Amino acid sequence: MLSRVAHSIYWFGRYIERAEDIARCIDVNLQLQLDLPGEERPWEPVLQTVGDTEMFFKKYSHVTIQNALIFLTFDLENPNSILSCVAAARENARCIRESISSELWITVNQFYLKLKDPEVQKEALESPHNFYSKVKEFGQLTIGIIYGTMNHDLAWSFARLGTLLERADQTSRILDVKYYILLPDISMVGLVLDTVQWNAVLKSVSAFEMFRKRYSNTTPHNVAEFLLLSQEFPRSMRFCLDQAEWTLKNIALHHKANSNSLRLIGKIRADIDFTTIDEIIAEGLHEKIEKYQKHLAELGNWIWKDFFN
Amino acid sequence: MKFAHYDTEGFYDELCLPDGSPRPVAETLFSRINGLPEGEMQRRQKAAESAFFDNGITFAVYGSKDGKDKIIPFDVIPRIISAEDWKILDKGLRQRTAALNCFLNDIYGEKKILRDGIVPESLIRTCPAYRPQMENFTPPKGIWAHITGTDLVRDSDGTFYVLEDNMRCPSGVSYVLQNRQILKRTFPQVFSRCPIRPVDEYCVRLRESLEYLAEGIDSPKVVVLTPGVYNSAYYEHAYLAQQMGVDLVCGNDLIVKEKKVYARTTDGLVQVHVIYRRIDDDFLDPNVFRPDSVLGVPGLIEAYKAGNVALANAPGCGVADDKAIYTFVPDIIRYYLGEDPLISNVPTFVCEDSKQMKHVLENIDKMVVKATNESGGYGMLVGPKSTAEECAAFKKKILANPRNYIAQPMISLSRVPCIIDEKFEGRHVDLRPYIIQGKETYILPGGLTRVALKKGSVVVNSSQGGGCKDTWVLAENERAPEHGQARQWMEQQQQ
Repeated sequence: MLSRVAHSIYWFGRYIERAEDIARCIDVNLQLQLDLPGEERPWEPVLQTVGDTEMFFKKYSHVTIQNALIFLTFDLENPNSILSCVAAARENARCIRESISSELWITVNQFYLKLKDPEVQKEALESPHNFYSKVKEFGQLTIGIIYGTMNHDLAWSFARLGTLLERADQTSRILDVKYYILLPDISMVGLVLDTVQWNAVLKSVSAFEMFRKRYSNTTPHNVAEFLLLSQEFPRSMRFCLDQAEWTLKNIALHHKANSNSLRLIGKIRADIDFTTIDEIIAEGLHEKIEKYQKHLAELGNWIWKDFFN
Repeated sequence: MKFAHYDTEGFYDELCLPDGSPRPVAETLFSRINGLPEGEMQRRQKAAESAFFDNGITFAVYGSKDGKDKIIPFDVIPRIISAEDWKILDKGLRQRTAALNCFLNDIYGEKKILRDGIVPESLIRTCPAYRPQMENFTPPKGIWAHITGTDLVRDSDGTFYVLEDNMRCPSGVSYVLQNRQILKRTFPQVFSRCPIRPVDEYCVRLRESLEYLAEGIDSPKVVVLTPGVYNSAYYEHAYLAQQMGVDLVCGNDLIVKEKKVYARTTDGLVQVHVIYRRIDDDFLDPNVFRPDSVLGVPGLIEAYKAGNVALANAPGCGVADDKAIYTFVPDIIRYYLGEDPLISNVPTFVCEDSKQMKHVLENIDKMVVKATNESGGYGMLVGPKSTAEECAAFKKKILANPRNYIAQPMISLSRVPCIIDEKFEGRHVDLRPYIIQGKETYILPGGLTRVALKKGSVVVNSSQGGGCKDTWVLAENERAPEHGQARQWMEQQQQ
């Protein structure tokens, strides 16, 4: 397939996933607000997860729910707002319309037009839960349409690769930020508030119920293990990397079996396969996650050089 | 909304007789519309419009301020053509495209028609679309214009005329295909009761005719070449590529090596055999045409001339749709085919001829004046609808460059009912059928009906506020096809 098309469909996959993950982060913070009445939820962690607190404070002097939601959802100047991601996904889809199914294009185009509608923006602020559920549904719907209407060929593999790498990245970010915020002081471990918040972390990646099937109690240790190392949970970092490696092999084995991207993803995947959570915590969770993120960024560069250049 | 009070206002109406009652072709449609509950027609019109937005069937108007995509206005009342009318058009279009193809082969080859004095040589020499680079070259299979869109109009007495030939990348066919999809949802019952000829064969035929150019190569690689996502017809380029199942490429997706064209793919370079190019000649290859073009592919023409790649349409075929050559098409048909033209030209005055120019200048207020090398409704004057100052300004332009202008008497274009402010009103239309020349010639039954939505206007171009309609050609067998129970059930659900 054309390199340009491969590039666009890979980023299409990434942007759709990113939009969904941002919605998940926001939604959980809104839920927490309801669980812990009486205190204003801090929005900084969410801003930090999504990536750009500096830009936020250039625009606003202080954080309120209203301006955080607008910045994270509808601000086109914020490249990681939901609208920016959906717009970028749509633009990528538009450039490769001939390669994707009509149903996929129509779904993305419709959702984009909806997000741009000022009425919808007003509704989003009035009943946010409803709105963010819609964004999550859109992400799931899109992935389902890709799965169910397109040939499982190269184009499909690139879309899937984009989705998986983005998801691995986002899950690790969520865990990193929460860990950092929730455990500033070791003496707080085990307080009621603590459990509620760790459950919220799980819920933000739809992991709560699946987590309960494996662990009886919510401890930071267990949550980190589940989100990083689970072999079964589709949003854990290990699961995503396993699948991404498999997908990349399908893409590259015939023609580029010696590519650097394949070598690097094998290395990251092997590392996560053969590491225990105790080792990670001993090394420092934040440091370890940072290292993974650095590798993922490097992987992105190699994929670009190997296939899109 | 009912048709009871429809007034044809003395114009030829495609659907109605002068007294406002339906023509036989429109009876089923009218009885269906008249049977709809109040407000239902408007609801269906709205649903059709939102389908356009959802599909992203939009276009950009060059120079429009907000730069946003717009949908082309669409009116759900179809234009219907009877089987008898279509039979004549079909024959006439075959004849015309065949003759023009002979003409192109000749003027880039032996130039017999010029030597025989049928077409003045000066007209070819001064035609901006003439490409001396193509002289003595025969394109694959001897075909120049693989895809043609011929603009037809119907006068007040019901006669069809050719208004214009479009041989360089005519656009609009994707609207024909999409309009049909949307109308099937709008009037499912009418479709089951009327023998409407389907249009969805087009993309299959198109791909067949493109692959034919690379006959002998096992599964040749065909691509559609687009100027890019910002081109006003990008939607169409993507749609056609998708429906044909071929790659859509930009200039920099292609590279020429040793006179062969390759696409840059994730597996490295892959050879391309046929290019359906939607880029103008000027921008195709900076080595041969405009050197500043970044849209094209350097070396493409050399590869083309070496016979390693086919281009559709062939570079240089624009000379056949020059508006000054147009006047000679009836002679061209007689010269090559020895037949009289089946569809006439609109009488046309060529300003290069000083006698004819004099006539044009004296009668400019009754004429439509067009620049010979422009399209899209740009660079034209509609005399009867213009002020004296506008006419005077145009006279100056003609005097400054007579070769560049032709003039035609104002034709009273036929009309079709449209939904305007909650009632039916007649609006002027033209018709652009699409012709594919390949192993055989295929004519899409129907075509793009463009409609001038402004009251009284006769300029149908989308860039000038025109819209479009679905076009139904009825099959000769007037009986509707039989349908199984499943189809009937579906219709009931939709009612």
